[in-house]
Amino acid sequence: MRSDPADYELVAPANLQAAISLLAGEPGSWLPIAGGTDLMVQYAAGTLRVRKLVSIWNLPDLRRVEILPGEIQIGAGCTYTDLREHAVVRDEFPLLARAASWTGGIANQNRGTLGGNIANASPAADSLPALLAYGADLILVSVRGERRLPYRDFHAAYKETKLAPDELIRAVCLPRRFAGYVSYARKVGTRNAQAISKVCIAALARLESGVVHDVRIAVGSVAPVPLRLAETERILDRKPVEPSIVALARRTAAGEIRPIDDIRSTARYRAAVVSNLVAEFLEKLRAPAMGHE
Amino acid sequence: MTPKEREFSLVVNGELKTVRAHPMERLLDVLREHLGLTGTKEGCGEGECGACAVLIDGALVDSCLIPILQAQGSNVVTIEKLAGEPRLYALQEAFLECGGAQCGICTPGMILAAQYLLNRKPRPTMEDIREGLSGNLCRCTGYTQIIEAVAEAARRGAST
Repeated sequence: MRSDPADYELVAPANLQAAISLLAGEPGSWLPIAGGTDLMVQYAAGTLRVRKLVSIWNLPDLRRVEILPGEIQIGAGCTYTDLREHAVVRDEFPLLARAASWTGGIANQNRGTLGGNIANASPAADSLPALLAYGADLILVSVRGERRLPYRDFHAAYKETKLAPDELIRAVCLPRRFAGYVSYARKVGTRNAQAISKVCIAALARLESGVVHDVRIAVGSVAPVPLRLAETERILDRKPVEPSIVALARRTAAGEIRPIDDIRSTARYRAAVVSNLVAEFLEKLRAPAMGHE
Repeated sequence: MTPKEREFSLVVNGELKTVRAHPMERLLDVLREHLGLTGTKEGCGEGECGACAVLIDGALVDSCLIPILQAQGSNVVTIEKLAGEPRLYALQEAFLECGGAQCGICTPGMILAAQYLLNRKPRPTMEDIREGLSGNLCRCTGYTQIIEAVAEAARRGAST
């Protein structure tokens, strides 16, 4: 049933400082809303329980991309369109630019934010595997100050995060050290636009002297949280891409995910797809010119 | 319930409008019910179908997902504005000639999505057009004609 707007409070602080002060005043009672692509759906469905919302949409402090020599810091309020159009993101972090391009439709990409995707913590979120693969750090901010947290530690359980009630995600930091890596991203869903993924993957590695180095494989929609395939990565490290290794990687990947049957797919299908995607990534790694991207 | 209505000002189709509304009221409802601009349609109400698409400060958005507070001070363009602009005849004519409108409910959103695309990419590929319209659903499933209409409009220079 549709919500009554009279039941909700919504305020728009002028800047980041004012927003975190508001959160600090009554921790846990205010819910930040950025582009609204998730929360307004809950609101329309009458399932948005929190009645006090604080708009952080378009706060200048959250919508900057800072280019430092060793990393880029992407403001949490940057939209998918911002990510797709940013030259450094496109050139150095193609997995993220690709994921942004297949999140929702164009109108959603103009509103949905990277920070919103992280805080909303859906295991099916398209941009999160890319952040895992690149070894992102998050900068979290509150009136108590800033702290930096490896993104891989951010998701505690299904839809539970390490974000304190008085904190906002300020920025996502990606190390600029993946030049020369082969990258592979794919979304498997009913369709690319709009549809939520059955499985999505972001992977990268480099091949040196015929063996795999620094392989990073992250998948979404196959566990309660976005997942790095640590065991698969371990068995691939410094191995040549040959049929026996590919077969072992396929089995290992299928074994370390925890997929479920749900409205979008089945656990069995998801495990088969993850195996196939890992194999397709390795094929691309072996023969980069031949693979998809 | 404590009344929390406030005044919001925004430019709609070139005219400054002031409305009294609750801050969580959807831009879609403000356009349709406060301002009588019923060209913007409600389809799914959850950002999937694009029937409620409008431009805010030049960006294509779904107005069902935007609380009016977040549109405060912005410049909103709805289908009513585009319909009155001579420079858009190419897009409108192409929709007519190619059979791009059937029941018509999706058409305002399709036209706005197409205009946004052509503003950014005056010579789109078919793939660009498919992507540009991927957030707009047509339940008559007239996609082929709609995509052809946008390609035809691009050939006629709809963006200039």
